Amino acid sequence: MPDQTGKQPSAHRRRRAAAEARFRFAGLAAVALSAGMVLFLLGAVAWRAAAGFTETRLVVPVDLTGMRVSPDRLASRGADLALSGAGLAEAVALSADRAFGPGGRHLLSTGAWLGVRDAVKRDPSLLRGRTVFELPAAAALDTAAEGRGTPDAQAALDRLERAGAVRRGFAWGMLSGADSTDPARAGIGGALRGSLMVVTVTLAIAFPMGLFAALWLEEYAPRARWTDLVEVSINNLAAVPSIIFGLLGLALFLGTLGMPRSAPLVGGLTLALMTMPVIVITARGSLRSVPSSVREAALAVGASRAQTVFHHVLPLAMPGVLTGTVIGTARALGETAPLLLLGMQAFIAAAPGGLKDPATVLPVQIFLWSDEVDAAFVDKSSAAVAVLLVVLLGANALAVTLRNRWEARR
Amino acid sequence: MPASLLLLLVAGLSLIGWTAGVARGRGLPAVAGSPVRPLPGPFGWYVGAWVAAPPLLFLSLWAVLSPALVTDTVLATPAAVQLPTSGFQRATLLAEARALGAGESADAFHPIARALAPAYAAAQARYDALATAAVLALALAGGAWAAARVRPGFAAAPHVERMVAALLLAAALAALLTTAGIAASLLWESARFFGHVSAADFLFGTRWSPGAVDPADPGASLGAVPLFWGTFLTGGVIAMGVAVPLGLMSAIYLTQYAAPSTRRRLKPLLEVLAGVPSVVYGYFAALTVAPAVRRLGLAMGIADASAESALAAGLVMGVMIIPLVSSVTDDSLAAVSAEMRDASLALGATRSETVMQVLLPAALPGVMAGVLLAVSRAVGETMIAVMAASGAASLSANPFRGATTVTRQVVDLLTGEAVFDSPKTLAAFALGLTLFVATLLMNVAALGIVKRHRDRYA
Repeated sequence: MPDQTGKQPSAHRRRRAAAEARFRFAGLAAVALSAGMVLFLLGAVAWRAAAGFTETRLVVPVDLTGMRVSPDRLASRGADLALSGAGLAEAVALSADRAFGPGGRHLLSTGAWLGVRDAVKRDPSLLRGRTVFELPAAAALDTAAEGRGTPDAQAALDRLERAGAVRRGFAWGMLSGADSTDPARAGIGGALRGSLMVVTVTLAIAFPMGLFAALWLEEYAPRARWTDLVEVSINNLAAVPSIIFGLLGLALFLGTLGMPRSAPLVGGLTLALMTMPVIVITARGSLRSVPSSVREAALAVGASRAQTVFHHVLPLAMPGVLTGTVIGTARALGETAPLLLLGMQAFIAAAPGGLKDPATVLPVQIFLWSDEVDAAFVDKSSAAVAVLLVVLLGANALAVTLRNRWEARR
Repeated sequence: MPASLLLLLVAGLSLIGWTAGVARGRGLPAVAGSPVRPLPGPFGWYVGAWVAAPPLLFLSLWAVLSPALVTDTVLATPAAVQLPTSGFQRATLLAEARALGAGESADAFHPIARALAPAYAAAQARYDALATAAVLALALAGGAWAAARVRPGFAAAPHVERMVAALLLAAALAALLTTAGIAASLLWESARFFGHVSAADFLFGTRWSPGAVDPADPGASLGAVPLFWGTFLTGGVIAMGVAVPLGLMSAIYLTQYAAPSTRRRLKPLLEVLAGVPSVVYGYFAALTVAPAVRRLGLAMGIADASAESALAAGLVMGVMIIPLVSSVTDDSLAAVSAEMRDASLALGATRSETVMQVLLPAALPGVMAGVLLAVSRAVGETMIAVMAASGAASLSANPFRGATTVTRQVVDLLTGEAVFDSPKTLAAFALGLTLFVATLLMNVAALGIVKRHRDRYA
């Protein structure tokens, strides 16, 4: 390649140009590799999540004519007890045996009869005859339907398919159910509810505290050594590993204050301590970017300090504060490690009813399921990961748009 | 009355106080010498705050004190004589009785607990009634006192200003208290641990097997060196081996080479990596990366390649940290003055020569600080270690073998069914203290570097 003087480039310059090209390529490769990993991660999750969100159902005609349950008991709160006492589970199992031959009951999920129970509770007239139900199949069949099952399960599935008894569909139970030992019945409903409770407690504490601390540091704090100490301690808290907060929660809330284990209240309090510094740091940044002319103008027309801060500075800084709050909340929502130490890793088969009930949260549920041997649980876990990612990436996208819109307006 | 209802009650009373304060303030004449009548708002806030603050302070104290008071009352009843005097079983029985008394559980396992439950319920009811009465009395007294002060000539605004300042200060001090709480709880539990095990055994011992602790000599199997080594190998060496080159080169490419439109599109994609929670990385490491690494190890002829290898955990940690390294590099490259860059290019240096010989040396302190922060993130990372690293400690430098980390052991020690207060569980706090000190030192060093750097170039 001739240069501007028309001469061939020297060997030295060719070497430099080659080094330049190599460097540029290395940069491009690094970007491509990093971006490729994001796409690979998201792709791998989506691929498996699809399996977790589909379920296999079997068409079973269920005969309930032999059941003896009085109608007024069905309307009472003891309906569950009455139906299981009357042998509903056995009736469903016998129907499955009749439909699919001996051992047919094992083709259904162990909790399949609960679907029948709920249907009967809604419509007691079902007890008087035969009804065709679509009931969840055993986990082994579900795995086989995804092409990864054992030969036995595959053979059973093929036989059922020839009989036209197999249906595949979206697993609504996945979104509403709580944890269970049976993968066909396990869902993330309980964990979602626990997450919601934990995050509510976290926000209720971390948002006002973080905002107030930021206001004090930016608008009120005198220049003194001890105010530096407050500032340094907040900056350091933001970088402390999350598991240390778990140790603090364990020693303080569970140990010293004797609060209940596994409770959303304790988890929320612990995560609030962790989220507060994040909110403080972002809130301070956006308070600092409010021009000082705003403060001076307010003070000049006779506003008091509190009026200046709350009527003039804070409204201008609010979008930034909210961005920080969303980011902090998203972090709390995805946090796992401290909650493991607070007992939220226990197996909890019911959705929590209150802040002191034992509960688990979505990230912990992912951790628990990914540890299971049964492949069906791993699919569930992927589906839960997909839900978590949709929520968190949605929250982050919200924060970014909020920030951009705010920056565009200034 | 339960705490949530009491809080609601206080809020309602406070609202009434606010309204009353505004109403009283509205009728006030101007202060002597002032041309305008005072605004009613501050009087409302003044009275409202005086209604809410005393009961809230009381309730926060009460939350700490009342469980002990209730237990004391129960212990004074005749039924409590049957309780065993020793610690653990006594505590279990009391907890059971409390749960039964509060209606949280349907039945108690032990007859003693069943006998104590009514006493618990009675004591709880008595103290709850006491708390409700105290809250009402404090709220009314505070409100009445504040309302009585709202008279001609009284200026509420300065008082409200001071209250606001005090509230904000209290919130800021809570952060200081959190730091103090972390330090105190870690130090306290660690001190108890070092009462069982000598610090030298813990810090320099090379055998870690908490599953088989000899009560006579717990220090012999609680030596943390293998954990420190595993943490260093995964978080310090392997993760940084991935994150530093990839993060650094991505940042250089995006700031120096890429067209602005490419940059605008690619940067958010890298930021997505930062928003993914660590449990998802752990899941990814355990289910996708670890089996692949094991197959690779076997293919390379390493017979004991583990499915919980240091390499798998470290690789994924590295991927997690790429955005951190790249955003810090981005910032420090941007902080180098454009004149230096332009001068270098004008002298005929290629872009890569400019980056390597001018920009990076100038930005090096910032990049170093970023790497330090990244190491501290990797060292404190828990979920990847819990899901993909090994639970067994070893001192091997082979990345295909299993390695365990400090964070993983903290979780393992505290989630098993161990008796609390044993050297084993207390060891978790000693590990936590080590981790806290190590990450704190790294963060302080990083902030120090950044600060010095900023002073030099600003």
